[in-house]
Amino acid sequence: MATDKEIDSHSGTETTGHEWDGIKELNTPLPRWWLTIFYACIAFAVGYWILMPAWPLANGYTHGLLGYHQRDAVMADIGKLQSFRAGEAAGLDKDSLEQIVASPKLLQFAEAEGKSVFGDNCAPCHGSGAQGSRGFPNLNDDDWLWGGKLEDIQHTITVGVRSTSPDTRQSQMPAWGRDHMLTPAQINDLTEYVVHLSHRPADAAAVQRATKLFADNCAPCHGPEGKGSQQFGAPNLTDNIWLYGPTRADIHDQIWNGHGGVMPTWGGRLSPETIKALAVYVHSLGGGQ
Amino acid sequence: MDSVTEHAKPHQHNEHEGHAAEGVQRSDATATNSASQRSFYKSRVAIYPKLVHGTYRRLKWLVMIVTLGIYYITPWIRWYRGPGMPDQAVLVDFAHERFYFFFIELWPQEVYYITGLLILAALGIFLASAVLGRVWCGYACPQTVWTDLYVAVERWVEGDRAARMRLAAEPMSFGKLRKRLTKHFIWLLIAFATGGALVFYCADAPTLLHDLVTGNAGTFAYAFIGILTFTTYSLAGLMREQVCTYMCPWPRIQAALIDHETLSVLYRSDRGEPRGPHKKGQPWEGRGHCIDCNQCVAACPMGIDIRDGAQLECINCALCIDACDEVMEKVGLPKRLIAYDTGDNIERRLAGQKPRYRIVRARTLLYAVLLSAIGLFMLYALDTRATMGLDVLRDRNPTFIALSDGSVRNGYTLKLMNHADHARELILTIEDLRHPAMTAIGLEDAENVSSVPVEVGPDTVYPLRVLVTLPPSAIHSRSMDMEFIMKDPKTGEESEVHTVFLSGDLQQ
Repeated sequence: MATDKEIDSHSGTETTGHEWDGIKELNTPLPRWWLTIFYACIAFAVGYWILMPAWPLANGYTHGLLGYHQRDAVMADIGKLQSFRAGEAAGLDKDSLEQIVASPKLLQFAEAEGKSVFGDNCAPCHGSGAQGSRGFPNLNDDDWLWGGKLEDIQHTITVGVRSTSPDTRQSQMPAWGRDHMLTPAQINDLTEYVVHLSHRPADAAAVQRATKLFADNCAPCHGPEGKGSQQFGAPNLTDNIWLYGPTRADIHDQIWNGHGGVMPTWGGRLSPETIKALAVYVHSLGGGQ
Repeated sequence: MDSVTEHAKPHQHNEHEGHAAEGVQRSDATATNSASQRSFYKSRVAIYPKLVHGTYRRLKWLVMIVTLGIYYITPWIRWYRGPGMPDQAVLVDFAHERFYFFFIELWPQEVYYITGLLILAALGIFLASAVLGRVWCGYACPQTVWTDLYVAVERWVEGDRAARMRLAAEPMSFGKLRKRLTKHFIWLLIAFATGGALVFYCADAPTLLHDLVTGNAGTFAYAFIGILTFTTYSLAGLMREQVCTYMCPWPRIQAALIDHETLSVLYRSDRGEPRGPHKKGQPWEGRGHCIDCNQCVAACPMGIDIRDGAQLECINCALCIDACDEVMEKVGLPKRLIAYDTGDNIERRLAGQKPRYRIVRARTLLYAVLLSAIGLFMLYALDTRATMGLDVLRDRNPTFIALSDGSVRNGYTLKLMNHADHARELILTIEDLRHPAMTAIGLEDAENVSSVPVEVGPDTVYPLRVLVTLPPSAIHSRSMDMEFIMKDPKTGEESEVHTVFLSGDLQQ
């Protein structure tokens, strides 16, 4: 069938000798530039095998003559970055929060680091913009359960809320209804009273009935005027911001069940400098006091 | 592959042709790159353009010196802009995102000036093409200039056309190797200098030169020198006419810009035909003036025959005009059998009419009007260019913050741009909102104020985060239009940016 070097009469090109229904395949050579690059790639690959880590072996891999190691390269890069940042990092370590905020360079550094750390650790609950959601406080506003000063924020991050640290911020809203401490009627009256506290129209008779109830049961933490106390982590009931929702149903639910979230203890997980940066960042969001 | 098709004898009469006029040589050069001769399936046939002397050769040397001079010298021109500013007249400063051109300084935000400049350049070349044909290709295109330079080097090392062809046909020897190596070495040097000069446009030239020599320049600088060395060497040294014939789109586009009355390098067939060899003393009656000596083909760097008429491969370099003029002078005929002429004129002369040259035509008029209109608009835009600018990015996450007293806060990141060469105090205010309170993060005494003075340094962008708080009484809609106003109290210049204040469903 196949004869050596058959030349196609029309194009003058050698054929491969393959024939299908009278059509013969031409043996068109590959372009020289293509072949050159192809062989150059092979030559490069051989050099690469010898110089660089390349072949997997049963226990490891060939290391290559240059001894290149990707992890070393990363560590070197990180080392470079750390030495580049050394000045600011040292400032973050030894300066007080007030000093950091007063120095534009340190402030910028702390905010940038804080933002990045916030995204990794805090955003899952507080949201990527620190806007919070139901049960997770919004950190942009001016309403603070445990205080909005730099030191307060730093302390809250370090010890957490209702968490594992022995010094953790601790408060517990009782489940007045679920635990049968108050009757359903009393809780309805208290709900009206809280609505009234936040300057909204409420059932006057119920408010009247609940006045003593509030003074006896709620005022110890929330204060006689319902303005809350950052010492106990008791929220201000007279303002516009509600962690568990502003409606009557929300308020009723909260009195009945006494929800309280948990914030982890970050001291020990994050370095003190990182927590400083986080505190500066959260403080800079606009609500810091 | 080099194929020798002629045996030129530079300083003697061609024996077979007998008695042509004194000094006239005949060449059996073929137009290897003309459309009828070349095949896509054939390797390139080398072209050995012969040196000519004359008006256009001199003009081309001059253009080469001027264009190369501009290219090499420009980055070294100094231009004082004030302390702390680069003093290089033309500088593309990628690191600091600035483009300097003598008294003009452009920011990336003003890249439309570059667009305008490109439109002007395009219209300029349209106009030039409509009037003078492929004058860009023939004189000013870098491919032409560098190829011309490379051919000159080749001629200097290896000799003129005939010597080069003989050398190509010779088997490799020490002498041939030496010549070839010398040629390629000089080519590479030129290529290196070309690449080397380009990087000077992108950094302070004296500093970069020092860094380059001491090995301290950035990888990019070396990489770009390498790339340009390679492209210059291969495009001007090895590929030459193939770049114009196969790679460049401009010849194709140009065909649409040229008409019957465009001046182009043309063979005056009305005078030249019928052509044929001419012996000294023979009468000129009853024949054309072209003596078919092929000198125009031998001189052509594109490897074509101009007598085939206007063609895509012809770059209008006009060297064939000089080649033909030399011959015409020797045979005692008027010069310019090949000349800048129009297709229209050739037809008119054949029809017995007077030739005419109309530069003002609908096409040239349109290009000229567009060119001057856009040019004037650009000048106006440049002259009245704002010396400051304001960009506003409103916070999207969260879009708004409810505060404990019922007021609402929105956050904005502002970019205050000062194009001037001195620091300025700019006053920031808000319009279209009732009782807005601004807090500028990081500025002293800028908490809940109605106007914020900001000191912006020379030639800088100042990023500023501004929180705007509205009392409940001022909020009447989920989304309210507002304007940030930035004003320079000294000059009265003002920038205004529209944005919105969002409050969502707060009324609970």
